[in-house]
Amino acid sequence: MAVVSLRNVGKVYPPQTKDGASVTAIDDVSLDVEAGDIYGIIGYSGAGKSTLVRLVNALEHSTSGEIWVNGQNIAALRERELRQVRLGIGMIFQQFNLLGSRTVARNVAYPLEVAGHPKVERAARVAELLDFVGLADKAGSFPDQLSGGQKQRVGIARALATQPSILLADEATSALDPETTHEVLALLKRVNAEFGVTIIVITHEMDVIQTIATKVAVMDQGRVIERGPVFDVFSNPQAAASARFVSTVVKGVPSPDELAVLRARHAGRIVTLAFRDNAVDQTAVFGELSRAGVAFEVVYGGINEIQGRPFGHLTLALTGADPVIDTVLAHIRTLTTVTEVR
Amino acid sequence: MDALIDLLPELWTATYETLYIVALTLFFGGIGGVLLGLGLYLTRAGSILENKPFFFVLNLLVNFVRPIPFIIFLAAAQPLARAVTGSGIGNNAIIFTIALAASFAMARIVEQNLLTVTPGVIDAARSVGAGPIRIIFTVLLPEALGPLILGYTFIFVALVDMSAVAGYVGGGGLGSFALLYGYRQYNPVVTWAAVLLIIVLVQLVQFLGNYLARKALRR
Repeated sequence: MAVVSLRNVGKVYPPQTKDGASVTAIDDVSLDVEAGDIYGIIGYSGAGKSTLVRLVNALEHSTSGEIWVNGQNIAALRERELRQVRLGIGMIFQQFNLLGSRTVARNVAYPLEVAGHPKVERAARVAELLDFVGLADKAGSFPDQLSGGQKQRVGIARALATQPSILLADEATSALDPETTHEVLALLKRVNAEFGVTIIVITHEMDVIQTIATKVAVMDQGRVIERGPVFDVFSNPQAAASARFVSTVVKGVPSPDELAVLRARHAGRIVTLAFRDNAVDQTAVFGELSRAGVAFEVVYGGINEIQGRPFGHLTLALTGADPVIDTVLAHIRTLTTVTEVR
Repeated sequence: MDALIDLLPELWTATYETLYIVALTLFFGGIGGVLLGLGLYLTRAGSILENKPFFFVLNLLVNFVRPIPFIIFLAAAQPLARAVTGSGIGNNAIIFTIALAASFAMARIVEQNLLTVTPGVIDAARSVGAGPIRIIFTVLLPEALGPLILGYTFIFVALVDMSAVAGYVGGGGLGSFALLYGYRQYNPVVTWAAVLLIIVLVQLVQFLGNYLARKALRR
């Protein structure tokens, strides 16, 4: 069952000035996030992804559509009722947003205070959470004494304090270096695996999606332009924007510029072969080439893996007689997609 | 000099009166300032209790009252002081008037310091279900405490200044002492003795304020 379900959601900001135009931040978005998903939402700055996630816990209010969270249409609730809903949704932020006037322990205790848990219970839960994120020794420190990665781990502990079923991560790793990013992502994976928390991850980095997400939606100009299991979107992106995001982490098909360089360097014919999952047998493909006596060199591309499933593109420069190459390519076409680029 | 020694009991009484007036006005003006400052901050566009008409009126009121020179404000507010405290002159009327003027001066300082609190921490508090009242007391005021203390220290000096001016309309204190026994009797030593005491007082409070603000900011 979907824990978060958006139905034709829109968010339009009224004009800032009298003659100004209203701004459509979210344009007719429908999205289902299933229990246990790590759902990635990727897009460039201004694509509307942060606004979208802020609608899920009603930090901002939609102007149209329905937003179902745990079976409740929160678009119809009043502010007082929304506070109750928010207790079931944790959130972490790009700038961590810890309270500088409180120690690490009291930051983590904050949601428990709001929820009205008694003091003794709070202390036990805080100790448990700090232990989980590996910061038990920092309980008495203040946020400005911590590194970025440590701050985000405190943020995660705070977001989990009231045992929410949903965690929203708004560019949670964008202010961190690559190594710290992977530590934080590994922690989020544990949150998902050990507590069964459904996570919605907002990011502009495809690397984040590749590392933890199970499903992904690509946003552009307030709309979801592509969605699906991460493997499908990575191995076979449909929209141009999706392909651009995929190309930031996956070396696939050479661009026209790169192709020109390849053509200048290699005299023979150049073909790109697609490999996807175990549907394509690499051994069989290369066996065909060897048996026909066609020499080949891998000049571009690579094989990647998402959730244990391989995919990728290899571009080969072939050397041999044209009729022989034509015959062998005909054979290979029965095994996989072949694009002849020269 | 002899005149000053003769006047020492009056000088101590005046010092005590200044402290009394300033302490009470800091207390009442401080509360008024926080209320007005919070009102401005919370109702401005994009804030948690956004309310355009309320903000507009309050903002206009603060802008209207704040630039009035205190000596004129003192006279203009006299009927109001009489209505509230029962008398247009004397220490109670003075305390009321200074506290009123200080509220408006403090309002801007409070508003500005609250604006330095990152909106993100308010989002974080809202995201765990905190309501506006809780956000005020557990996020806004604690997060802005350091600068707020410095703001109050700053206003303290203005209060000493205002209390001295209030000597003109029958308020007691060092200002009235300097006027009465120094200026009008052509005795600069007495005037300067009062000035010196005021300087010492301001220095002490500034040190205290800096110390407390450092504590709050943990620097």
